[in-house]
Amino acid sequence: MLAHLYAILIVPFAENPFMRRALAGALALSVASPPLGILLTLRRMSLFGDALSHAVLPGVAVGFLLCGLSLPAMSIGGLVAGMLVVALAGWISRRTQLREDASLAATYLVALALGVMLISAQGTQVDLLHILFGNVLAVDQDGLLLIAGIATLILVLLATLYRGLLLETFDPLFLAACGGRGWLYQQAFLLMVVLNLVAAFQTLGTLMAVGLMMIPAVAARLWSERLGVQFVVGVALAVLASVAGLLLSYHFDLSSGPAIIVSAGVVYGVSVLVAPGGWLRQLMQRPHLRG
Amino acid sequence: MSATTGGEVDAMAGTMISLHDLTVSYRRHPAVHHLSGSFARGSLTALVGPNGAGKSSLLKSLLGLVPIEHGSVLLGVERQHIAYLPQRSEIDRSFPLSVLDCVLLGHWQRNGLHAGISAEARQAAVQALATVGLAGFEERALGTLSGGQFQRVLFARILLQDAQLILLDEPFAAVDEPTIDALMTLILRWQAEGRTTIAVLHDFDLVRGRFPQTLLLARKLLAWGTTAEVLTLENMRRMRATVAAWDEHAPVCNTEGED
Repeated sequence: MLAHLYAILIVPFAENPFMRRALAGALALSVASPPLGILLTLRRMSLFGDALSHAVLPGVAVGFLLCGLSLPAMSIGGLVAGMLVVALAGWISRRTQLREDASLAATYLVALALGVMLISAQGTQVDLLHILFGNVLAVDQDGLLLIAGIATLILVLLATLYRGLLLETFDPLFLAACGGRGWLYQQAFLLMVVLNLVAAFQTLGTLMAVGLMMIPAVAARLWSERLGVQFVVGVALAVLASVAGLLLSYHFDLSSGPAIIVSAGVVYGVSVLVAPGGWLRQLMQRPHLRG
Repeated sequence: MSATTGGEVDAMAGTMISLHDLTVSYRRHPAVHHLSGSFARGSLTALVGPNGAGKSSLLKSLLGLVPIEHGSVLLGVERQHIAYLPQRSEIDRSFPLSVLDCVLLGHWQRNGLHAGISAEARQAAVQALATVGLAGFEERALGTLSGGQFQRVLFARILLQDAQLILLDEPFAAVDEPTIDALMTLILRWQAEGRTTIAVLHDFDLVRGRFPQTLLLARKLLAWGTTAEVLTLENMRRMRATVAAWDEHAPVCNTEGED
């Protein structure tokens, strides 16, 4: 029995360097992504990550056109494009009557169209698929360093700006009345989201990088009403989904990125059913207290 | 044309806020129109007027939260000594924050991003909660509070800010009588402590009973002075006559303050 478990759970990682690298990369992403996702849901911007992931694409495409399938080139391109879209949308929402979500919706759609146009003008279908859906099993040493470096940077930034980020999310008017520059925190936060997406696009692809950020985060919100606990639960769920997804893709020869996201989906489904904030708890109404 | 703090304070020893020909407008329509006057240091003023009279805009212009189109605001106090209670609708109460953490935000101006919360600061927050009648609520989540209880929490946060100028935008909207009484006691205590308070209110009986000064605003100034002088039948009639006077095709105003 134990030997059986060992063969299923440990051997794939023990015997295959590419699986170990994939695991390390996925774990780094699992630590950095869910806190960002939770902050996004608190700002009622759950779909924002999706939009930003599209915004990254034209930059990735330019990097790809200039240097082929080169990770540094595509990453820098993605980062620049994402930051440009965030800054442009932020500027439009501050200087015009449009709200942030509306200006971002318009900006990212144009960015996505530009990206697809650039890639399909030059590359083949396979290249487009690689960029859109990623390949975690192809992560090399440089890619791993990039992912780990960005994840570390995000954690440091989160810890440094934590109080301001929360205050700007919870009561922006109070922060503004105190003379604080709220938009600075907002831009710093969105920069972290872009960085995270750039780190994740190689493993999960631009389209699914958002999955590891949002799904464990949304599931975590069902488990506790305390923010600190939500962060820990979110990271734990993301780690679980990453390991399970990699093993699934190994044993059943599935595409690795989608396998991780589907695993996260299963984790989310279970949370929706059994978590304290979930469906079963609503169903089993306990008698009310005496006051 | 600007909000000024600090430097020019000396010239206005007994004055906390001095407004000169202040105009704030949205899409060219004035919300506050050529308003001049001053709030004395240590005064307690009710800001009264119909909906859309520019009361909130006036408070926001004092804080620099809305652009001042014309005229000037002179504040006799540094920015970090101002406390502001926004209208309730603007805060998300489902945020996963404990009551104590929310009150502790009152230390933000002194502590900023990184300074730790000292034992005394924490004790002050617990004390503030007890003062507003919420002893024992420290670890409750904000989402579990009623509207009136949440309003008490925000007052506790203002207590911690230890501000010289306190701006309250409709502090008693949808709040029950006992809570109004409790919070009113705090406001009167602030006055006794020499703090300057301005509160947007709609309850004329409360204003007549508790507020020494009243500013009656209907975009332009209708009356400003002691409450007895301001809330006269004649002024109330004038106020009602100006309600809902929205003119989509209003001509350009170039009176430069002779309103």
